[in-house]
Amino acid sequence: MSETAEATKDVAKEPKEPLFSAKNKRLLSDPLNDDNPITIQVLGICSALAITVQVKQAFVMSLSVLFVMIGANLIVSWMRNLIPGRVRIIVQLVIVAALVILVDQVLKAFLYDVSKQLSVFVGLIITNCIIMGRLEAFALGNKAWPSFLDAVGNAAGYGWILIAVAVAREFFGSGKLWGVQLIPDAFYEFGYMNNGLMILPPMALITVGIIIWVQRSKNTKLIEEN
Amino acid sequence: MDVNKNSYTFIFSAILVIVVAGLLAFVSESLKPMQKENVRIEKMQNILASVGMESTPQNAAEKFEKYIVDQKMLSNDGEVLTATEIDPFDIDVVQQYKAVPAEERQYPLFIFEENGAKKYIVPLAGKGLWGPIWGYISFEEDMNTVYGTTFDHKSETPGLGAEINTDPFQDKFIGKTIFDQSDNFVSVDVVKGGVDTSGDQHKIDGISGGTITSKGVGEMIERTLKVYVPHFKGNKQAAL
Repeated sequence: MSETAEATKDVAKEPKEPLFSAKNKRLLSDPLNDDNPITIQVLGICSALAITVQVKQAFVMSLSVLFVMIGANLIVSWMRNLIPGRVRIIVQLVIVAALVILVDQVLKAFLYDVSKQLSVFVGLIITNCIIMGRLEAFALGNKAWPSFLDAVGNAAGYGWILIAVAVAREFFGSGKLWGVQLIPDAFYEFGYMNNGLMILPPMALITVGIIIWVQRSKNTKLIEEN
Repeated sequence: MDVNKNSYTFIFSAILVIVVAGLLAFVSESLKPMQKENVRIEKMQNILASVGMESTPQNAAEKFEKYIVDQKMLSNDGEVLTATEIDPFDIDVVQQYKAVPAEERQYPLFIFEENGAKKYIVPLAGKGLWGPIWGYISFEEDMNTVYGTTFDHKSETPGLGAEINTDPFQDKFIGKTIFDQSDNFVSVDVVKGGVDTSGDQHKIDGISGGTITSKGVGEMIERTLKVYVPHFKGNKQAAL
């Protein structure tokens, strides 16, 4: 037991560290900007391209990822000293897969129309690199509370990019937000047309690119030298 | 305790897998009735949509009960099966198309009635380019003129074949007829995209770039309706 505890290098070693210490706050805030999983680490891009046509889908996807991340991070963190090192990836995968199937089943029972639209992408949360990445990099070596914050931070960082992209794509692609028509019919009568390209996956990539560009130009920490 | 021992690894994996399997089996079993109900309601909505009736998941069951006045089941020879134990609504035509040999398939027919006017709804199943396609086609009282259609698909190409589930494609069928002047069955065919079919009572302009899916729709309609032809003809004469 002592060997593994040493090996896992707990970040939160002091027993009386306040719940929202500076270090813990950074776990929440870093992934939103400085260390965003999509725009900086370039993880989870596939789902950002696939399900950002409508805000509602992106929102449900973000919530699902949030749930899976929190669940997986907490479970792995609690079991971190019990998981045999040689099978740890498989163990993580089993935990993530179980949580994803849980989400899928619940969506099918309670939000059937949304689950139909998300179709395979709920299942593909299993392969979302962010989740495995955080389990491997953080939850395996940290206590439950920091792991929880890390999960919330990263899922939120993922979610806000997803929703931002979805807002841009739904507004310019279909003139709607959350399924509600926002561009008045009068505009269409004057010849305004929805940009069909926004609906297609390539525009998601370009939209993410624009977000990265804006973020990099604003955030001085991210500007690389030379 | 050494967590890296072989025996520990085996025991740990076994326990983990059993716990997870048990949990998922429990969740799946307890949510199954609700999921099945959702599928049923969606089917009711689709059937109603083929005669242009909008419904929400909340009122679909009620409307279905009210407007679908009769359900029949036909054998592959077009005879009405009277002594069936299965509710025609429970027949999964997509599943039948995939797994049941043609001569044993059963063909449901739903009869819709609103303000005294009847419509006949036929479920369809066939294959597109990448996977199954299905839908419903409804006929006016003359059992000849198409009143409405609704199609759906599992995995057709977005923007091309997948367009079959959009109104612009589905509405093209409205007003077409499946019997010619001398009462022979000719079906409604979907022809390669970009042709003017407005003058032809038995042809639909297919989707450009979605030829195989469009052809699948045409094939599905013809193959299925062929089964209903004897029944339609018989009933038409009775009605006249």
